[in-house]
Order: sequence, then structure tokens, then C-alpha cells
Amino acid sequence: MASSIQVNTTQEKGKFSLRKPFRYAVCIILVVLALFPFYILIVNSTLTSDLIKQGIHFIPGANFIKNYNGLVAKTEAVGVSLWKSMLNSLLITVPTVVLQVYFASLTAYAVTVYHFKGRNFVWAFIYAIMMIPTQVSIVGFIKVCNLTHLYGSRLALIIPAMAAPTTVYFMKQYMEASFSVEIVEAARIDGASEFYTFNRIAVPLIMPAIATQAIFAFVASWNNLYTPSLILATERDKATMPMYVQALQSNDKQRDFGQIYTGLFISILPIMVAYFLLSKYIVAGVALGGVKE
Amino acid sequence: MQKKRKTVEYGKYGYIFLVPFFLVFLIFQLYPLLYTFYISFFKQVQVGHGRKATIELVPGLNNYTDYVFGSLGGGEVFNAIIVTIVMWLLNFVPQILLSLLLAGWFTDAFNKLRGEGAYKVIMYMPNIITAATIAVLFYSFFDVNGSITGLLKSVGILNDNSDILKSGYASLFIIAFIQFWMWYGNTMIVLIAGIMGISPSLYEAAMVDGATPTQQFWLITMPLLKPILQFTLVTSAIGGLQMYDIPQLFNKGGPVVKWGANSVNSTQTIIMLVKSYIDAGPKQDYGRAAAYSVILFIITLAISMIFFLATSEKKSKSSGVG
Repeated sequence: MASSIQVNTTQEKGKFSLRKPFRYAVCIILVVLALFPFYILIVNSTLTSDLIKQGIHFIPGANFIKNYNGLVAKTEAVGVSLWKSMLNSLLITVPTVVLQVYFASLTAYAVTVYHFKGRNFVWAFIYAIMMIPTQVSIVGFIKVCNLTHLYGSRLALIIPAMAAPTTVYFMKQYMEASFSVEIVEAARIDGASEFYTFNRIAVPLIMPAIATQAIFAFVASWNNLYTPSLILATERDKATMPMYVQALQSNDKQRDFGQIYTGLFISILPIMVAYFLLSKYIVAGVALGGVKE
Repeated sequence: MQKKRKTVEYGKYGYIFLVPFFLVFLIFQLYPLLYTFYISFFKQVQVGHGRKATIELVPGLNNYTDYVFGSLGGGEVFNAIIVTIVMWLLNFVPQILLSLLLAGWFTDAFNKLRGEGAYKVIMYMPNIITAATIAVLFYSFFDVNGSITGLLKSVGILNDNSDILKSGYASLFIIAFIQFWMWYGNTMIVLIAGIMGISPSLYEAAMVDGATPTQQFWLITMPLLKPILQFTLVTSAIGGLQMYDIPQLFNKGGPVVKWGANSVNSTQTIIMLVKSYIDAGPKQDYGRAAAYSVILFIITLAISMIFFLATSEKKSKSSGVG
């Protein structure tokens, strides 16, 4: 797929064309557009609030440490510190990712490898529920959390990840293309149990897909604001990073722009670093989502 | 597609391995969905007086008759539907056009652009950054004392007293722009992959027959890209209907503007409206929140159905992220 080359334009020979310069210009404008807000964010995090209010600045100042200390001092007003909120996010995100990719793989494996009555129905069902956004049933979700005493608990945000139809869909697509059932048969002849075969033979073989899905599961959980802000509304010490960011915006009274920008800057730092380290895999993963057959 | 896959005769394990998924699905997704439907037919009433008063839910259709279709809701749910759809359209139309254009450029073998990988990485980047952070960032830019506001004032586009965040239209456009800015990179990568998947022999044959690049685009690329375009459209529409983080943190659904006889929230989406009746406080009303959720579910379902009908006749499979 990736190696095929498409031919859809012919260039008239010998004629100087502005086509390429124009395309480069547009691309460069878009690159600037993508980076500009983050550049201003970084610059502003090093300036005093008074300076920021005067207009736009392109040259960093020396107020970052002061902004940072001010932000830390304000922790009380928000409920948690920024670092604590990131730790809180990690405490939800890491188990979520593990459960989500493991059980999605297991579910996809069941539908791919085993032949059982109703298999096609199960698959059609998973495909259909992919289209139902979880947000529409939030009233009932809160009810379930109350019934199970999970309201206010991180588990309420972690356990539901075991049923992630979109992840199942991608794992199945991958297994259909690159996992051969013969391996399962070979393992069986060698006396391996079904569960052992899945954990020790199938999982390592589908690791590339698991890694890709883990990245996207991580990003989705890490960035999630809606469900945590409902389930953890009364648990200020469990506030996640996006909830901390929300508190930055709400904190109108002693609004200090230098501190806000510093908080925003630190909030995106981990994911920025991770993105540039993993960008190759992430972009490939996004592309994978787009095409099948 | 391969022919029927060879499977092994250990069918019961298929069921066993499906148990965790379906158990969690039943408890945390299906039951909540059914309960939301159920509770939407209950009205909230106050029992008792003074400090002993409690709020109870009793059966009644009033959430639909009064709030959704009646006048007691002040048309807030229809306002939210319109706001949500307008915001989505303002973001999706330019997004798909730009993505198609860029995908065409990046797959143009005769005009290879250097640094395609870097462009993709940078254009996709906003998509992965926490939406909450981006919303607060843009809020800080466009606040009355914000950096962009300051820039616009210093070059004379805005006068000194104007406050962008007090304008409904401006808030709507900025939120749509943020969505566009966050998502076109994603759509572009998906479309590039889609175009790369089209067999080169089709283009070669078309060139032998003397087809122009424009004809090739409309007669080969577009029809073969159709399933992916449809999927992009539907996932984007479903995602757009659930929009919450950006409008909430950019301007909290505001500003409130006059629209005919009513005062309406100019950037409040359906999900934000639902949440405003879930949050603790005097407005809290689970029945009403549930009824609005049901309306959102029906709209979402209708769009999904259109997608299924449109793609099943083609027997094609495609998918998208987000």
C-alpha cells in the first residue's frame, strides 16, 4: 500500500511552472499556523502578566521561574498542583491503556480465530456499537457508578476501557491481515492451552498493532475532560490534568496571564516530547486508520 | 478479502474470550444507555417544603412535552443542536477541502514536495495536544487583554473597547477554527493513505487513454476514495455532535446573545447543555438531561444509519480515527 505511487498530474515540458513554489508556500504557511500558537504560548510563559496584556511578543523574557512559583503558590485555589494532576492522570491512563489494548486484543482474537455460532453477528454488533458515543448515556453511567459505589473512584474511568469497540476493530483488521491461524493450531499440537496460546504466542505476534493502539488509547485517556470532570467532580484531590487546565481558565479573580501560560506550557510538555519521539509511529497509525482493502 | 478463513474447532473458547468485553459493555454502556432512555420519561418534582424538601423523580412525559418540544425550555435544545451543527459545518467543510487539496499535492508524483514527512508531523501535531489546553490557550489569546486581541488592536483591526469574547459570531468562528486547525492534519493523512491505496495501473491506463489530470481526479480518485470520504464525514459528524472541551473551555458556551425573543448561549453544544443539568446545583435535573441525551442519541443514530446504508451497498470497508 505505502509503496505504490500515484500518477495524476502531467507537467507540460519546458514550461516554467509556479505550481511547486505555490505549494511550498502554502505548506509553509500551514506549518507556521500549526506552530505559531505554541510558540506564543512558550514566549508568554516567560513574561509577566502586565507585559502579556500589552500585546503580542516574540522574544522570551526571564519571568518563567517567577510565573512557575506563582502558579505553585496558587495550588490551593485549584485543589491540586499541576504535577499532582499529571500524576492523577497517569494513575487513570496507564491502567486504562493496559486493560483497553489487552481486552480489545482478546476480543478481536476470539472473533478472528474461533469458529462459533453467532460469530458474524458478534462482529456486526461490535462494528455497530462503535458508532454510539459514550457521552449520550452519561446520565445512566452516573447511575451505574452510584449503584456500584464507583462514583468518585478512578476505577469508574478505568474499567469501562475493557469494552472499547474501536480498538477491537483495529486489532481485528490487523489480525486478519497478518496473523495466521495455523500458528494457533501448531501451538495446540504442542499441547499449549488456549489461554496460554493467546498470551504467549498471539500477543507477541500482534505487538506492533498493540503498540499503535496503546498510543492512541493513551492520548484519548490523557486528554479526556468530560467523563472525569463528572465522575471526579467532588474529589478535588483526584483532579486530572485537563481538569487542572479547566481550573486555570475558571480562576478569574486573581488572573495572572504569565501563570496561566506557564501552566498551559507545562501541561502540554510531556505529550509534546512523547509526540516528537513517536511521531513516525503515530502518523503511520493515523494512516492505518484510513484504509483497508 | 480472503476466502473463508480456516478456523479451528475450539468454538467455546470464542465465547469465553468474549465474556469480559460483553460483561463490561452490558454494565457500563448498554445499561447506562437504556437507563438514560428510561429516566428521560421521569419528571423532577419537589416533595415537601423548606429544608426538608427533597427532589424526586416521578413518571411523566414533561421532559419532552415541556422542554424539548414545548416552550418551557426556551428552545434551548434546538438552539444547542443548531449551534453544534453550525460549528461542525464551519470546521468540516474547509477541513475536508484543504485535506483533499493537500492529499492531492503530497501524492502528485510529478511534483514531489520535499519534506512530506515533516509537514505531516507538524500539521498533525495540534490533534494530539490536550483539547482543554488548546481551548484555554485560545481563550487567553482572545481575551480582552489577550495577545491576539492586543495584536489586532495595535494594527487597527479592532478598536480599543472591543471584546471578542462578548461576540457570539466571533466565538463561534474561533471555536470552529480551532476544530479545523486541530483536525485537518488527521484527515489529510487518512486521505493520503487512501489515495496511495489506489492501484497505479488505473492511472496508467487512464493516461494511455488520454485522460487529463482533472478527469483522473474526478473519475478515478474521487470514486475510489468515496468510502474513506464517507467514513471521515461520519466519524467527524459523530465526533462533532459530542463536542464539549473546546466550546466549554473557550467561552463556557457563551456569550449569551439575544435571538428573537429569547436569550441564547451562542456556543453551547448539546453535550454542554446536558452537563449543565447534571452538575450539582439548583439547575440539576437528571430527567431533563436524559431527555436531551436521547435527542442527541437519535440524531447521532440517524447519521450512523445513513452511513451504513451508503457504504453497505458498495461492500467496502474503511475506517478512520477520531
